[in-house]
Amino acid sequence: MIQSRAAKLLLRAATSLTLVFIYVPLAVITLYSFNDSRSLTWPIPGFTLNWWGKALENTGARDALITSVKAGLGATGIALVLGTLAALAVHRYRFFGRETISFLVILPIALPGIVTGMALNATISTVFEPIGISFGLLTVVVGHATFCIVVMYNNLLARLRRSSRSIEEASMDLGADTWQTFRYVTFPQLRTALLAGGLLAFALSFDEIIVTTFTAGPVKTLPIWIFQNFARPNQIPIINVVAVIVILLSMIPVYIAQRLTQESGILRRR
Amino acid sequence: VQLGLLLAPPLGWLLIAYLGSLAVLFISAFWSVDSFSGDLVRHPTLHNFRTLVETPVYRQITGRTVGIAAAVTVADALLAFPIAFYMAKVASRRMRGLLVIAILMPLWSSYLVKVYAWRIILQEDGFFNWLLSPFGLSGPGFGDVATWLVFTYLWLPYMIFPIYAGLERLPDSLLEASSDLGGRGWLTFRRVIMPIAFPAVVAGSIFTFSLSLGDYITPTLVSNTQFIGNVVYDNIGVAGNLPFAAAFATVPVVVMVAYLLLARRLGAFRAL
Repeated sequence: MIQSRAAKLLLRAATSLTLVFIYVPLAVITLYSFNDSRSLTWPIPGFTLNWWGKALENTGARDALITSVKAGLGATGIALVLGTLAALAVHRYRFFGRETISFLVILPIALPGIVTGMALNATISTVFEPIGISFGLLTVVVGHATFCIVVMYNNLLARLRRSSRSIEEASMDLGADTWQTFRYVTFPQLRTALLAGGLLAFALSFDEIIVTTFTAGPVKTLPIWIFQNFARPNQIPIINVVAVIVILLSMIPVYIAQRLTQESGILRRR
Repeated sequence: VQLGLLLAPPLGWLLIAYLGSLAVLFISAFWSVDSFSGDLVRHPTLHNFRTLVETPVYRQITGRTVGIAAAVTVADALLAFPIAFYMAKVASRRMRGLLVIAILMPLWSSYLVKVYAWRIILQEDGFFNWLLSPFGLSGPGFGDVATWLVFTYLWLPYMIFPIYAGLERLPDSLLEASSDLGGRGWLTFRRVIMPIAFPAVVAGSIFTFSLSLGDYITPTLVSNTQFIGNVVYDNIGVAGNLPFAAAFATVPVVVMVAYLLLARRLGAFRAL
């Protein structure tokens, strides 16, 4: 333990300052969403709820929001299946190349987004388009799923490592078949890890812009809509409100995921 | 047989949809574009890489990108350590839980919105200059310093968590033993805490480094200088020279793969 009083005080001060650093920009943008004036000067001259009303009526933003939710759900679904399969395989079996799997799943998120984006862009135009799948929601889902797998995989693998194999063996000894054992014994142990992983994967997808830019074609997710509207000064007050909505929507799943599982690494909740 | 069934879908996906396309990308880096017709010439050449190495502007852009990524990593490590240490070793259980959530939520909340917030804060008559003006100072304005600051802000939580997780595994008794044996604060830090925390810092740096290397949106919004990502992006879009974009994109990939291999050797993967 840290004994010295001075050291504790210093650490506490540093922690508070860091928290201020993290939250001030979010607070500033929130205040701007109530900005009375169209210009972005500080201090803010006056406050109004006007733009919140206008933003909620904005069809462009609303369509983009719906697209983002669809893409997030689709990507989370695929990542859930693929990540679960990979985690089960790595946990249950010893095989050649086992160590490489965790390297492979982390690659899409460890490599710069622009590279992942370009690579997927090339695949889509050379493989998907000839078979009639053009750039659109589906390709966004494919792209997002690719980098969401790691979140599911890491969450689940961590949970599997903590849960004991002997309960499953007991279930099999008592006459349950493979499916029954999975349904009644394995799955309940994994449930919260799956849910937490899913929520994080959704938040990751909801937030993403770079890979999306390369896979979306004409489709607009919410981040893309925001980015495109930066160039239009008369949209600024609306963007400010949408920005705050995005912050809220991506924080809520994370909060729930955290409550479900406690403790943390970046890519997994134990 | 069961193993095959479990592995086939995820591996198939990653190998085909991802590694396959990465391979295509690298091959296309050796192609070129006919300057007259604008068509792809699928004939292997080192032309793109020669341009990268020989053109001073590209050397400068590479240097700037890697330099800022490194500066961001250092700044994040310095900022992250005290708060991670406080969370792991000083804070009460309840406080720790609150802090985890407080740092986790902005980590996952919209990247673009945070960059935008900084753009507003850093602009001429924005919050930052207002804050500094009583001291007769003014902010950095838009440029490399702003990019560095915003990157540092954006990736900070990615550094805090691995360090926190690493320090949490460090038993209190080790610290006590060190101080019982006469180790002062600094000595304990250097000889006991650092060896255990180092892989965690490396784990965090994977994110801070990689995320900085590939970003083109932050420089677009808070700077007027170019980063690797900007050049790559422009060559895909406006300039339409995909092979050159692919060639330049291999630079961060090579840097990152080397970095990942090194990180794995240093034991950083267990800290993720």
